[in-house]
Amino acid sequence: MRERLTRFFASRWGIILAGAVIGLLAPLLQFLGNPPNMGICVACFERDIAGALGLHRANLVQYIRPEIIGFVWGSTLAALLFREFKARSGSAPIVRYVLGIFAMIGALAFLGCPWRALLRLAGGDLNAILGLAGLAVGIAIGVMFLKSGYSLGRTTRTYVAVGWIMPAVMGALFLLLVFRPQFGEGGPIFFSQKGPGSLHAPLLISLGAGLLIGFLAQRTRFCTMGAIRDVILVRDTHLISGVGALVVVAFATNLVLGQVRFGFAGQPIAHSSFLWNFLGMALAGLAFALAGGCPGRQLFLSGEGDGDAGIFVLGMITGAAFAHNFSLAGKADAVVNGVLQVGGLTNFGMIAVIFGLAVCVLIGLTMRECAQR
Amino acid sequence: MAKTVDARGLSCPQPVILARKAIAAGEFPIEVLVETVTSRENVRRMAEKAGCTVRVEQVGEEFKLILAK
Repeated sequence: MRERLTRFFASRWGIILAGAVIGLLAPLLQFLGNPPNMGICVACFERDIAGALGLHRANLVQYIRPEIIGFVWGSTLAALLFREFKARSGSAPIVRYVLGIFAMIGALAFLGCPWRALLRLAGGDLNAILGLAGLAVGIAIGVMFLKSGYSLGRTTRTYVAVGWIMPAVMGALFLLLVFRPQFGEGGPIFFSQKGPGSLHAPLLISLGAGLLIGFLAQRTRFCTMGAIRDVILVRDTHLISGVGALVVVAFATNLVLGQVRFGFAGQPIAHSSFLWNFLGMALAGLAFALAGGCPGRQLFLSGEGDGDAGIFVLGMITGAAFAHNFSLAGKADAVVNGVLQVGGLTNFGMIAVIFGLAVCVLIGLTMRECAQR
Repeated sequence: MAKTVDARGLSCPQPVILARKAIAAGEFPIEVLVETVTSRENVRRMAEKAGCTVRVEQVGEEFKLILAK
């Protein structure tokens, strides 16, 4: 029975099911309170967690998102049930940490991870096309490095406790979310009173959706970066059929819920600065490709015992703190006194994206070795 | 003597890339060693698409895929 289920989840219908479930749940989460076109966004939600912990002080984006906790725990549950929980680590962790930082800086320049790019598209935000094009270009550059022997080296099996660190970190976040302690006067834990951080679906619904998605994604290996990479690298359309299902189902659900508005300018929590939407996601795509997974996939891997994926997640949370503390994150379009003000990046943000691209290219160029042992 | 591709501990897509290189070299059978079910399924899917027959053996907690043509 277990093996049969494993074969189903590994099949094309399995990955389509996972994509469709995400495509259904994300717009529903938005309907139930999550921010617009942000039913699920791994980068944004990790950024909100960084804010809640006081790692950055952008008071509009601070909340401990239960979806993220659910993603990790759902994956842990699936891995345990199907005997795939394997504690492993040791494949260039510090490089993964750096890649996580720049992946987040790129994603926040665009204002979303690949998941949100797909959901923004499914909500009519045409800026997402620029973001997805950038993502594909970034991944294509990563594929060039992979083809020429790029490798972060082998992981090794390690103590079971290592694999439990990220699920335990999520446990700590859950406790902070439920008990909402305040550490000192004016100190964290912070919960936004306005802005995107204040918009959220009920806790248990968010957690439940996260658990279900985490479970399905662990079984099916759903990965938005892998989807594009596999098409470029081996002309394999397996993973991208899941991504396609996500977009189609999310668009249909948005139509039913009245959440579609086509256009470029003035889209919710988005800017229409084309170049930086493109370059931001190019940076994110390259960093994801070099690290071997999109931010969602890294969470699922961290739930099944992969300590290196856990380091990447911590890198992303650190990157979010840098992005907001150093004013690197994209500023959304805004209408002030009836006049549209196009958002985008500060000069610092532009420099950070270019610098990040340079760092990732250097990593890709310098970490090529014949991995055969 | 089968050619062996040791992809244990490597994260995807590297096992697929290494196995694909071995298939392109054309010396069969090829043994591919992988550690995770993910890598096992990815290599299996790629090899079957490339027209190979794939036999999987479990070796402890690892997997050996034997690709033949």
